[in-house]
Amino acid sequence: MDKRFKNKMRADKPEVSRRNFIRTGAVLGGGLLIAFRVSAAGRLAGAGMAGMPGLTGAMGSAGGVPPEAAPNAYLRIAPDNRVTVVLAHAEMGQGIWTTLPMLIADELDADWKDIKVEHSPVGKDWNHTVFGIQITGGSSTTWSEFDRYRMAGATARVALVQAAAKRWGVPVDGCKTAGGYVMAGDKKASYGELAQEAAALPQPQKVALRPASEWKYIGKGAKRLDGPAKINGEAKFGMDMQMPGLLTAVVAHAPTFGGKVKSFDATKATAVPGVKQVVQIPTGVAVIADHFWAASQGRKALDIVWDVPAVVTPDTPAQVAEYRKLAATKGLPAAQKGNAESALTKAAKVVEAEYVFPYLAHAPMEPMNCTVKLDHDHCEIWTGTQLPGIDQAAAAKVLGFSPDQVTVNTVFLGGGFGRRATPSSDFVVEAVQIAKASGKFIKMIWTREDDMKSGYFRPAFVHKVKVGLDGQGMPMAWQNIAVGQSIMEGTLFAGMIKNGIDESSVEGISDSAYLESIPDHYVGLHSTKSPVPVLWFRSVGNTHTAFVMETMVDELAHAAGQDPVAYRRTLLKGHTRHLAALNLVAEKAGWDQPLPAGRFRGVAVHESFGSYVAQVVEISMEKGQPKVHKVTCAIDCGVAVNPDGVRAQMESCIIFAQTMALYGEISIEKGMVKQSNFYDYRIARMYEAPVIEVYIVQSTEKMGGAGEPGVPPMAPALANAVFAATGKRVYKLPFMNNSFSNA
Amino acid sequence: MISLTVNHRSYDVDASPDMPLLWVLRDLLGLTGTKFGCGVAQCGACTVHLNGEAVRSCVTRVSRAAGQEVLTVEGLSANNDHPLQLAWVEFDVPQCGYCQSGQLMAAAQLLRENPNPTDKDIDDAMSGNICRCGTYPRIRQAIHKAASLQQKGGGNG
Repeated sequence: MDKRFKNKMRADKPEVSRRNFIRTGAVLGGGLLIAFRVSAAGRLAGAGMAGMPGLTGAMGSAGGVPPEAAPNAYLRIAPDNRVTVVLAHAEMGQGIWTTLPMLIADELDADWKDIKVEHSPVGKDWNHTVFGIQITGGSSTTWSEFDRYRMAGATARVALVQAAAKRWGVPVDGCKTAGGYVMAGDKKASYGELAQEAAALPQPQKVALRPASEWKYIGKGAKRLDGPAKINGEAKFGMDMQMPGLLTAVVAHAPTFGGKVKSFDATKATAVPGVKQVVQIPTGVAVIADHFWAASQGRKALDIVWDVPAVVTPDTPAQVAEYRKLAATKGLPAAQKGNAESALTKAAKVVEAEYVFPYLAHAPMEPMNCTVKLDHDHCEIWTGTQLPGIDQAAAAKVLGFSPDQVTVNTVFLGGGFGRRATPSSDFVVEAVQIAKASGKFIKMIWTREDDMKSGYFRPAFVHKVKVGLDGQGMPMAWQNIAVGQSIMEGTLFAGMIKNGIDESSVEGISDSAYLESIPDHYVGLHSTKSPVPVLWFRSVGNTHTAFVMETMVDELAHAAGQDPVAYRRTLLKGHTRHLAALNLVAEKAGWDQPLPAGRFRGVAVHESFGSYVAQVVEISMEKGQPKVHKVTCAIDCGVAVNPDGVRAQMESCIIFAQTMALYGEISIEKGMVKQSNFYDYRIARMYEAPVIEVYIVQSTEKMGGAGEPGVPPMAPALANAVFAATGKRVYKLPFMNNSFSNA
Repeated sequence: MISLTVNHRSYDVDASPDMPLLWVLRDLLGLTGTKFGCGVAQCGACTVHLNGEAVRSCVTRVSRAAGQEVLTVEGLSANNDHPLQLAWVEFDVPQCGYCQSGQLMAAAQLLRENPNPTDKDIDDAMSGNICRCGTYPRIRQAIHKAASLQQKGGGNG
């Protein structure tokens, strides 16, 4: 997520006093409902949207689901004791299906077995407490909901105790709660029995959150609540939607970016058994059939003449050449202090390097899909999405509806990594266009090739770096010119570009702890244009900026003749959280101990999304490429609400980054994406998976995220290990395009 | 009509013989536990057992399954108590969960043929199954655990 969001998160820490924030109410059909006051949520929404006019416009009326029609709450307690936790964010593997209920359980004293979980509908009440829109992203769910969900649990508990006290004629203070019951003396009533009486009582006025010493779940953990459904086929992803009358649609997209249908002949396609209809939509030609197989056979049988796009996408080598030319000029300032250029001329030594990063495909395991049911005045959507409110508004716009005529049902995401948070709502809009053009109830399915060929992608980047060293080998001047497409430009988030700078292009450099102490530095940015659609990708700009910073620092340490960990300690003096992670990883990896013959290691440390992660990667070289044996990881994310969840996310980030570093590459040839499926867009497999050890810094510092911060250090630590093994630096990603043999 | 047995139940399906088993299972029989990931036998999300052999259902014509026994993740156990399922939950293996049906079916064949697999055996048996969430280390742990559960006679397979 963008820097501005991070700044926002610091500035707008949600208030702890939530007396007028949470309200109680009755569930239709009986029970207690803990909801939020719309006005309070709206106030936070306004704060989050400042400076994002496009977003305000799009989202202005997007939250209009009337409370009567929707379970407008965070928590429902039913007469049968079921405690339903309603998630304001989407489960995409990161584990919030379990972590948010833990926050409630710690305050509510519910029986963990009674807890059920569901995704919320679209509505302002579920807007992000800081970002102001309904979004799952920026590694922010746990810290941004830490107070809100605990307060929901605490409010429910107080309401239930009040109801019990009234029923029994005892003082509130004489009641205890445990395991889903309120107790006083020999009296005992379940939460379900008390729910309706609690709902009828006035709003609890005094609700206090428990101190950390009383936490039973936070900091300890719980088994994944979505685990059982994900081992027997029960869990429903967007792809799994099946309803009576539902047809399947596949779309023939233009082979080149920006291509349009000139003409098409559907005669052969409609002759395929099972094909029901062929319709043209703005993005191509859709074939609708009884099932996927018929639809895909129909698509193969289409005859389409495509218009040649006005803007031809340059081939990758031409783009890199253009980017390198730009990197020789200063660009717009993203961060500057003193005069880097003149300071460089006074340096005892100048280290220079140029880094080339390709486009990357997110490639979540579940290909894009969206199910749409359209009536004359209502549209219902089922999909796995990180931006349900924006999708709702986008669908409404296509249909000429108001957003409250569109219902979005968020189902499990078969991986997100940013791909299911498209400001353009590309896959939702396309499905709605098909439903609109055909009048059919459809599930649109993209194949793996559809996703890999048409984007979105992590933008390609070139960085040119010059660092001036003083006589002791310490940096005194630093210049970094970045060249690449902005992921914000032309989107709803364009308002976040300030003075021409999309912070997400340079985050991790412009705000680097290393640069703070360097008197003369300059970070410049060229935001380029291309028809290739680009998007945030797990850890966003840090995917390339951390590589630049952490391999360059390693290079400087080598130039200074210093140990890479010791050199970093000197540069990071005073940055206690960086140092805590770095020192812990060095200790646990045995940095000071010798390695067996043939083994080598590299280190990196990086802050992103409010968390500080250091990693040591141990490798050997096999056939000119690194084999990763072990990764030791340390993270300071503040309080780790679900420690095993944090460990799981670090493991996930490390293997995700291993794929990115070794193999990740989308290249353009003749205006088209060259790669198409997993045989030419390789993903790390079981035999390549390293042993991973994760250590969590015991910290009471400000909470950060866990879903992404484990990604950035992995690739540079791996590159630094390759240098230790071969004496060769990695300047061009992915590693597989380099030869490290004959070292 | 093509007759086949899926999870010990007989079905007659009206499908062309070249229709992949994956889409017969998902779109005609409503068994959506078996997943579509790549369509070209690269990712393993669609792994099912055909007469006990793990196959990629996305490239297996339904005609090959005619008169045969198909087992999908829905039929792995009656009560989520296959040793692999018990171990999967114990180690909190799934993240997004989309690939896990295929992982489980690949692992189930491994364990049946090799009750005490080494890390190398696991590498060989499981490297056809991609997990984009990177749950490999936990899958490895869980397979070892399931092997020991199976040897102690725990769980139902």
